Order: sequence, then C-alpha cells, then structure tokens
Amino acid sequence: MTSTVTAPQRSRTGASKPRSSGRFKRGLIIASFLAPALIVLGALVAYPIIFTLVRSMYDRAGEKFIGWGNYVTMFTNETTFTAIRNNILWVLVAPAVCTILGLIFAVLLQRLKWKTAFRLIIFMPMAISMLAAGVIFRGLFQESPQLGAVNAAIVGVQNAFGDSASYPGAKPRQGVGLEAEAGIIATESTVAPGSVADLPLIAIRQNQLPEDAAQAVVASPPEGNQISGTVFLDVVPGGGGEQGVVGDGKSGLPGIRVDAVADDGSIAGHAITNADGTYLIEGLDPAGVYRIALPASNFGEGAQGVSWLSSTFINAVVILSYVWIWAGFAMVMISSGLSAMDPSLQEAARMDGASEWKVFTRITAPLLAPVLVVVFVTLIINVLKIFDLVYVIPPGASKPAANVIAVEMWTVSFGGGNDYGLGSALAILLLILVLPSMIMNIRRFREERTR
Amino acid sequence: MFTRSRRTIAALAALSMAGVALLSACGNDAATPTDTPAAGETTPAAGGETTTPAEGGAGAIDLSGQSLNVVAAWSGSEQENFEAVLKKFEEDTGATVTYTSFGDNGPTYISGQLEGGTPPNVAVVGQPALMQQLAKDGHLKPLNAEVKSAVEANYSQSWLDLGSVDGELYGVWFKAANKSTMWYNADIWGEAGAEVPADWDGFLTQLGLIRDAGYAGISIGADVGWPLTDWFENVYLRTAGAEKYDQLTNHEIPWTDDSVKEALEVLATLWGTDMVQDGGAQRGFPESISEVFGASPQAGTVYEGDFVAGVIAADGNSTVGENALFFDFPSVKGSGPAVVGGGDVAIQFTDDDATNALMAYLASPESAAIWVPKGGLTSPNNAVDTALYPDDISRQIAEALTGAEAFRFDMSDLTPSAFGGTQGQGFWQEMITFYENPTDVQGAMDRLEAAAASAYTG
Repeated sequence: MTSTVTAPQRSRTGASKPRSSGRFKRGLIIASFLAPALIVLGALVAYPIIFTLVRSMYDRAGEKFIGWGNYVTMFTNETTFTAIRNNILWVLVAPAVCTILGLIFAVLLQRLKWKTAFRLIIFMPMAISMLAAGVIFRGLFQESPQLGAVNAAIVGVQNAFGDSASYPGAKPRQGVGLEAEAGIIATESTVAPGSVADLPLIAIRQNQLPEDAAQAVVASPPEGNQISGTVFLDVVPGGGGEQGVVGDGKSGLPGIRVDAVADDGSIAGHAITNADGTYLIEGLDPAGVYRIALPASNFGEGAQGVSWLSSTFINAVVILSYVWIWAGFAMVMISSGLSAMDPSLQEAARMDGASEWKVFTRITAPLLAPVLVVVFVTLIINVLKIFDLVYVIPPGASKPAANVIAVEMWTVSFGGGNDYGLGSALAILLLILVLPSMIMNIRRFREERTR
Repeated sequence: MFTRSRRTIAALAALSMAGVALLSACGNDAATPTDTPAAGETTPAAGGETTTPAEGGAGAIDLSGQSLNVVAAWSGSEQENFEAVLKKFEEDTGATVTYTSFGDNGPTYISGQLEGGTPPNVAVVGQPALMQQLAKDGHLKPLNAEVKSAVEANYSQSWLDLGSVDGELYGVWFKAANKSTMWYNADIWGEAGAEVPADWDGFLTQLGLIRDAGYAGISIGADVGWPLTDWFENVYLRTAGAEKYDQLTNHEIPWTDDSVKEALEVLATLWGTDMVQDGGAQRGFPESISEVFGASPQAGTVYEGDFVAGVIAADGNSTVGENALFFDFPSVKGSGPAVVGGGDVAIQFTDDDATNALMAYLASPESAAIWVPKGGLTSPNNAVDTALYPDDISRQIAEALTGAEAFRFDMSDLTPSAFGGTQGQGFWQEMITFYENPTDVQGAMDRLEAAAASAYTG
C-alpha cells in the first residue's frame, strides 16, 4: 500500500536524478503494481503446489521422509491403478461425446424456428449441481423396477408383450425328487403310466394364491394309460405339516399346465390342475415312461430390470450423466461460434451447388475448429478432475469399479484414510495430467492474440 | 382528499411516536439487566441451601455453593432427560451443575477446553479411544476408591475393562447401545411358521421356512460396509471369543488367522444363499429395514442394532413391540450370550468432592432410574431395575446387554479410521466384496490383512 503511494512521488522528482536510479524506480513501480497479484498467486497457487509436492514425499503422519514411496504405492496399488485407468477412459470418451453431441445440436437447431426453447432445454442440466444430477441418475438407474425409472420402462415394455405367469418365482421343494432347470420344474426320475406323481412347490405367498385355490387333496389312482397327481403349495400357514406330502392346510395350485414328457423330449400329453391341485394326464402309452414337467410359463417372474449400477455398467452410467450435463455447455459454445460466422460463405457454397453435407464438412466445420478445440480442451480438464458424479452415483459394491483419481485422492486423505502423503501424491499426478491441456489452452489464447 | 391525507399523516405520526415509546421501553429493559445476573446467581444457591437438608437423604453430602460443568454429546430430548438426571443431583447435594452439549465435536471441543485451561469437571464421551488418549496424556483423574467400588459392584467385567486404561479405572459407562439384535416381522414369521431360533443353525432353518413361504428370509443393505462389519463382529465374537476379538481389534493377530476364516465361513453359510434377498449390494441400509417393516414387506428379517426400533417407529408401517420384534443375535456353535455394541462413558477431569460425588451418583442405579422410564436410555448398570424400562422391547434390549457374558465395543470403531471407518476401502469395502463373493474366504482374508497392515503401521 505504502509503495504505491510513494512511487508516483519519486518518479516526479526522478527527472533530475541519474539514469540508473530512474531504471531502479521503474522496476520498483512495476514491482509495486505486480506485488498484490503475486502475493495472492503465491499464497493461493504456488505455495499449495509446492507444499503438496513436499508433503507427497512424506509418510502418512508427515514425519518420515520416504522419497518416491507414495508414488510407487500409487502405481502398484490396485485401487489407484483402476482409478487411473478409469480416468483415461473418461478422457477418451466423455469430451469427445459431449463435443460431437454439442456440435450436432448446435448445427441442427440453428435452422429451427423454436431453437431458443430447445437450446434452453438442452442447456438446462447445466443449471443443476453435479451432486443433484448424481442423485437423479442414481435414482433413474436403480435395479428394482419399483425404484428405477429406466428399469421400470424396460420391464413395462417387456411385460406388455408377454403373458404374466400365475405363480411367479415358485420353486420346487428340495429333497423330494424334483428339480428346476431353466425355469421348468420337473420330476428327477421318470414315472410310469398308472402311477401318481405329486409336485410340491414352495416360495408362493398365501396372498398370491388364486381365489379359487382349495385345500390340496390326494389324487385318485389313475388307470393304465394315465398319470395323476397333485400340484400343491407345500407350506402350511403358521407352520407345521410334513414336507413333500399332501396334508391339512396345504393349498392346491389351480391352473398350472402339467406336461408328460417322453424320453425323446416330445410332450405326450398334458393337463391343467384343478382347484384342489389335482391333475390327470390321459392317453399315454402304458408301456412308456414319462417325466412330469411344469413348463416355465407357469413360473416366469416376468422381465427383470438390468443391473445398471453393477460394476459392469457403472462407468457407462456415470459418463452418461456427465454427457447429459455438459453436452448443453458444448452446444451453447458451438452455437455462439456458429452465429459469429459469416453466413455468406455458406450461402455462396450453396449457390455453387454444394450439398448440405459438403457445406458442413468443407465450410462450417473448418471454420468452427477453433471453437471446437476450446470446448474439447475445456472438457478434458473438466473430466480429469471429475469427482461429484463418481462420488454419488455408484453403490458400495461398484465403487471400486467406478473409482477415479479425484475420488481416490479424497478417500485416502480425507474420507477417513488420513494418509495425506498418498493423497498429495495423487494430487500431483492430477496436476501433471491437467498440465498438457492447460499449456495447450494458453498457447491457443496467445496465438489468437497475435492474429 | 386533502383531509384524508392529513389524517393519515397524523396516524403515521402517532404510530412513530408509539414506536419511539416502544424503543425506549426496550432500551430501559436492556439497561436494567446489569445487576440481574448477580441476583440470578445468588437465588439458586440460596434455594439449594434451603432444600438440601429437607431432600438430601442419608449419605448425601452438602455441596451447596459448589458448581460443576458437565459436557456430553446429547442434545434435544436426550439433553432434557440427562438434565433431569443432573437436577436430581443438584437437589440432593445443593451443587449447581451446568450442562453443555458439544454435539458431534467431542474430541475437538474437549481438546479446545483443555488448551484453554478450563476443562469441564465431567465429560461423557462415546469414543473409548478418546478416553484412553486423555488418560495417557494425564488429563483424566482415576475414579476414587468409593466410586470404584460402586462401579465394581454394579457393572460386569467387560464394562470395567472398557473403562480402564493401563489397569486404572477411569470411566463410568452411563449409556449403552446393543448391536446384537435381529429384528423380524412377526406377521411374516407367523405366516411361515418360523419360531425364534436358539442358535445359528436354527436361525438358518427358520430363514429357510420364510423363503418357502415366498418371502426373502433376510434383507441385507450392503450398499455401505458398516452393517456388514457389524455382522462379522457379532459372528467373530461368538466363534473366536472375547480374547481373540480384542487381539484382532488391536491387530495383534493377523486377519489371515484361522479364527477369521471360521467366522467368514459361518457368514458364508448365509450370505450368498437364496435365503438372502436379491440385490443387497445396491440396497442402502434404510431400505433394508423398509423391505422388512415397510408398507409392502418383501423379507422377514433384518439385522442391526437397537436403533432399528427408532427407524421402524419413524416409518410407521409396523409397530415396535407388536409385529416388529427382535431376538438376540443367535449363538454360533454353542457360544454364550455375547453383545457387540457401543456406549457413552463418563470421565472426570478434576478430583474434588463435588466431582467425585457426581461420578458416584452416575455410577449408582439412582441416576439411570430417572432417565430409563423416559425412554431412550439403555443402562449397562446391572443394579438398574429392568422393570423401570417403559416397554418390553427396551427391557429386552437392556436385559440382553446386562446378561451378556461378553460385551465388546464395535470393532470398526476401535480400529484406525483408515481401516474401520472409511467408505470405499478397508474393513467396509472388503466386507462388501466378501458379501458379493462369499466363497472367496481366503481372498477376503488376504485383502483384509493387507488393508489392516497399511492402516495400523501409519
């Protein structure tokens, strides 16, 4: 403060003094003007970077110097390695997709009458905080169709085209000679005509039983070319009863199709169960043997949602949410580039008979290149330090699969890890990764100024 | 028109006059209090003096004129209840007790007070590690002989161990939490004919019955790791015993120890089977409770601590004590009753008559007897009459706690936070990984040991 006040006074008197002192004063003036900015930059940028660099050479507690130890840990540790790999994936995919989508929106919307309205809609996600966007996407992609809108849509469409089963999710009672394969419940061994084959099932709730379901009864003995039996719910409400045997309190399961499957896999006969669960398959070859099977259509649980938030898809979901937010930013930047462009160039090309595609690839795109590069580089920097979305969206089990450097840095240093050494090393890595694009951006600015 | 505006001006003038009058009245008010605090200070003391002889029973010493500072995390209704406990002490002794809540900032608050040279007389903290640190740094005063004998008479050995540092008893455990409670939906259990099991094998059988009835046996919210670490701790305390539990907590035995293997194998008999509701890895813990006690229950059972009762009550679809009941975490391979939990311990920073009297009071059943009937306090004090608890569920929770042969503090709260308290790594994350793939016992042990090794050395 004082130097800025005194400087002009000195320069006023400086005219009578020797030249070297004048240069000194000039330097002083320059220093006094630069000082506030330098102090702020030094305190808020340079000092933290240097301190982080030094801190990254120390151990967890910051007491022991371990040289490159943290950097070695960083690249040998599996979780950090996944984080670095994911960051590369992000840099390769997200900025490119955002820029391309932004370009498409910008070019297509330019000719539209209601372009402002559409632009507003596409740009709107930018107004939502990343954290809130993460919560929205986590909700959208929940696995249970009752919770996640995406799966609800998928399941809704699939169910609209398929019949719903009467006993979804039913299973055979274990240990009574039944097996379940690909949704079909069948007897393990073959049954000869003239005998009784009972099929006890479980995992059906009492309140899911059809209204006409009645107490299960033992089927009457069949004739020589028939097989009979009972399909019943092998659970007595409130407990009790002997497993696998028709008894008091057990309900018959009406409306189930029962097939008699011959050795060659063909269906030799079928029947539908009655209210008390009994069935009777007629017209079988008395000499043959059959397996009794309940087709999968009885038990299909309908369409199940896709597990979007599992480790397989999690990166795709998080990147999608990022694109949803930032495509709007790219579009707005590119739109402004488009509107700054001289339309007569395109007009001239059209007059010369160039197709729209030619106009776009030969004239519009090259002229837009500077804007595209700015958008792309900005997005790369932005993507490298991605944190919020990755922190919010993945559930615990897929967190390791979705990890990125910024999240890992936070976890090891502040999220409870308390290892500021490793955290600092990760921060330095992030800084080094961001540097090339920073330098590129600064160079571009300089070029533009000289132009 | 003109007259009317004149009238409004007059009205405004009158209003502003009234305003000035009001302001000046306020000014008068503000001016007077200068001598009020002094009066305020003397009145309670005087009141104390007069009541002490009347209400103070035999053995209560006269501490009139003395003042004590007590700090704890409790706020809201818990603060009200604890203040009621302190009020009884004030009435009995004539001392003045000032209570301050430090919320979630216990360690920071206390170290700040210590640095300022004005530590509280008594603090009630939830972290045994904080008590140990303060004792080792010499800030705490050990309990005097009288309080010590009261604690020894009223508490079980586990609580004495937890309150001791280097063989010296420093803490009186005032409040406890029971994290060995298995909550079940009695409607679903009834429909399936399942009964409260005696041990782990019986537990699996009952869960099988519930699966047969068309519901998931148990719902687990494995989105974050902490409920899973509590599962492990309960099983480990039962299969390996309290001694090994302490050794593992301090990392004196590695996570590749056979006892860890045994516990993980027991967990694997449930996790990953069809008795557990699908999709656990993406289910948050609160959702796992509503899967059992919500509007449309899909599963029969959910495991976690006594606080689940509060979550169920807040949800409102089930009623604690009617269709929302619990049983103790089942015994594994014939283990005795054991409880994993938490608690709040009272520690003293000064060693004078008033502080000692307050500590003796907190160690006695009389103090807990004031809060217990109001609800929200489970007392680890064996001498507290369980008939005082306001309902059957809280009584059952307390009886399980005082009847336990072994009580151990939640292991993940005692380990370094890099291992036991960090989302996305260490104990939490490895238990999620194990939940996802319960057949890989050896891999889980190796990863746990690697995580522990780096966290404990740091």
